[in-house]
Amino acid sequence: MISTERSQSQSPRSSMAAGAPFLTISVTDPVKMGTGVQAYISYRVITKTNLPEFEGQEKIVIRRYSDFEWLHDRLAEKYKGIFIPPLPEKNAVEKFRFSKEFIELRRQALDLFVNRIASHPELKQSEDFRIFLQADEEKMDRARSYETGIFKKPADFLQMFKDVQSKVSDVILGKEKPVEESTPEYEKLQNYIFELENHLAEAQKQAFRLVKRHKELGQSLADFGKAIKLLGACEGDSLEKVFSEVGSKSEMLSVKLQREADNLLFHFEEPLKDYVRAVQSIKATMVDRANAFRQHFDLDQERKYKELNLYVSHFAFTHFWLCAKDFQLTRKFEANVFTFQDIPNNSCGLRSL
Amino acid sequence: MMSSTAPPDLAAGDGDGDGYMTLSLAAATTASEYASVASTFDPLLSALPSSPPTHAAFPHSPASSSFVDPPSYADVAASSSSPHSGSSSASPRSARAAGLEYTFIAVSDPAPETEPAATSLVPGSAPTYISYLVTSVRRGEHRRHAVRRRFRDFVTLADRLAESFRGHFVPPRPDKNTVESQVMQRDEFVAQRRAALERYLCRLSEHPAIGPSDEFRVFLQAEGKMPLPSSTDVASRMLDGAARLPRQLLGEETVSAPQDVLQPAKGGRDLLRIFKELKQSVVSDWVGVKPPLVEEDKEFLEKKQKLQDWEQQLTSSSQQAEALVKAQQDMGETMGTLGLALIKLTKFETEEAMYGSQRIRAADSKRIATAAVKASRACRDLNTQTVKYLDTLHEHLGIMLSVHTAFNDRASALLTVQTLMSDLASLQSRIEKLEAAALKIFGGDRSRLRKVEELRETIRATEDAKCCALREYERIKENNRSELHRLDRERKVDMLEMLKGYVKSQAAYAEKIVECWETVEEETSGYARRADCIAR
Repeated sequence: MISTERSQSQSPRSSMAAGAPFLTISVTDPVKMGTGVQAYISYRVITKTNLPEFEGQEKIVIRRYSDFEWLHDRLAEKYKGIFIPPLPEKNAVEKFRFSKEFIELRRQALDLFVNRIASHPELKQSEDFRIFLQADEEKMDRARSYETGIFKKPADFLQMFKDVQSKVSDVILGKEKPVEESTPEYEKLQNYIFELENHLAEAQKQAFRLVKRHKELGQSLADFGKAIKLLGACEGDSLEKVFSEVGSKSEMLSVKLQREADNLLFHFEEPLKDYVRAVQSIKATMVDRANAFRQHFDLDQERKYKELNLYVSHFAFTHFWLCAKDFQLTRKFEANVFTFQDIPNNSCGLRSL
Repeated sequence: MMSSTAPPDLAAGDGDGDGYMTLSLAAATTASEYASVASTFDPLLSALPSSPPTHAAFPHSPASSSFVDPPSYADVAASSSSPHSGSSSASPRSARAAGLEYTFIAVSDPAPETEPAATSLVPGSAPTYISYLVTSVRRGEHRRHAVRRRFRDFVTLADRLAESFRGHFVPPRPDKNTVESQVMQRDEFVAQRRAALERYLCRLSEHPAIGPSDEFRVFLQAEGKMPLPSSTDVASRMLDGAARLPRQLLGEETVSAPQDVLQPAKGGRDLLRIFKELKQSVVSDWVGVKPPLVEEDKEFLEKKQKLQDWEQQLTSSSQQAEALVKAQQDMGETMGTLGLALIKLTKFETEEAMYGSQRIRAADSKRIATAAVKASRACRDLNTQTVKYLDTLHEHLGIMLSVHTAFNDRASALLTVQTLMSDLASLQSRIEKLEAAALKIFGGDRSRLRKVEELRETIRATEDAKCCALREYERIKENNRSELHRLDRERKVDMLEMLKGYVKSQAAYAEKIVECWETVEEETSGYARRADCIAR
């Protein structure tokens, strides 16, 4: 189950109690590194703990988004069946990649991510998690390049090949996909999750649009206010004052609307998005489960098939042996028949002598 | 940054509660912003005009606390939603309307009719046009007149008025549409045109000079066919002019008759005059020779410059107003769609819930969703009001068109006078040359003397024409002046009313929306309190 706590894994009060175990992580201080196409944002990850598995009370490391991704992927591999806390989106439109809002939203989401891992009873014991929080640059690099990248393990290749094979044969033979496990409760849960995602995603989409509308309204109010003020300046006299009042109020409203847009973005749209991601993470786990089930099913099929083969081949071997024997005898018999048939000729030959 | 919005509990599928809680917090911020803005909108309240605004400084109201309720706004919102004919009885706009020549004008009942004399190759498809029923009641009379007019008749009316009221700011008529008859028949187009025609006639009747005019009365009251003569098309006019030109060049009919100079040269049949005036304008503008009479009225020139600035700002304001209206509409729409999406979500949660707490959360979220839908409706109503008020900007842009026409009338009348004066000057110099030449020949040259006599005749005729033209020019100048005064007055009034209406409606609906959100905030305040507790 995904823990939904956003702050420290234990309330501050209990950490005051001496000796009570605590683990506090914060992701802070985004800094733009590098230039041009290869520029990226680095974050400072500060870990404070008194747990024995960790080296030392406080550790500060520098991490970038791909490091968080690495951690996520490792956890997803090792802890199948557990809902891994979701990561913020990977790709961003180039234009917005370095906008203040985007960086702040991502930082918050990453902070949530690590803290959720830290609060999860199983995930927090992960070795990779500890490496992530503590390793220096070198070790981190090594760990990263060892597991990820295009070079997958040979076993994976074989598995992929087999998957394709079975899919192709299924299609050719017109076999239906093996029915996935379906207890009524699980199916109900599946449907619920799928529909929930749709509804949440729709609400999030509208929320995002609402933020945009606020910004647009703010902008047009500002423009309108300016234009009205200029219009009043043409008029002169007291009417000008009225115009300029309306104009400045419009501009004030515009500022408030922009602020409101930010508010909505951070406190309404982003949490909604967070939950959409969470549901997607649940779906990913469900897919894992389905895959595992199918793998199990396929292997089972294979086993049965091989057993059958074995049985058949025993049979076949005997049959073949018998056939072979049979063939030999037949040959001999036929050869004898020929000899008998030839005897009169041969005897003729002999007689002529 | 509110980072400590901790969730209430960890039940499964509970996540949405968080999102809604923060929305209500966001809503509260909006509410307080709007309320504080709404309450500072006082300077205009004190300018309630039962008389035209005295140009005293408007007092500024002190910034009041955020939740004080100004009394008048809420009922503005309530009353605006009921069909509103336009202005309250105290407003000066309707004061203008009260002094009208016609107490009632309406355009209705668009009905297709066929051209009576048309022949068509395919029977049954004679070209049809739409005719409208124009009803009117004149002030002081009880009889209601109703006549049928088609759009072409309106165009004719506009042309005749343009001729008769040179120098006046004649309200512009609705556009012609050069599209095929398919579009003409469509209901939406016809409805728009009907409304535009009605507005046009009302504006005409509001004009102090045009309202009581004969042309207008005849248009409204003469039954049967359109009584005013229609303009002949350009081609036939040109043909007539071309026919006259040879005679003119040969020396006959060189002088325009005095009544002809009352009209601008451009639309007429006198090609020679057109050429002469063209030459005159080229000489004064490009060659830089100072014409014999110039526009010297300083007041006019200043006003003209100011109006140009005004028009520029008006155009940009009108554009921004359109953008604003669109943004408001989008906002209302999106708010509504969000509300609906949330309602669907809550319905789903309620139906599929596995835990009781889900249903509770869903019920609370539904309140927020309904508040969003209500806010969206309010936003859309507000937009209708905003459109109504800010329309004044667009209307005044239309008025600027008529101002340009009036100024052009003035300029062309001036040009006519200048041309005639140059004519006179050149005729005079020809006479002097001839006389000087004649003197050299002792005893006089009979042909030359005859020529001189002819020229003197021409001069007399030209003098007459010039006097007429000059009178016309002065008349137009006077029209310009009085119209400019009228425009100034009416513009101030219209603008003030627009601003007042706009601000009032904004404040009223902002209050309404604030109310929506405040109720929701109260109802869901439990979440906020719990969040605070946990944060501490």
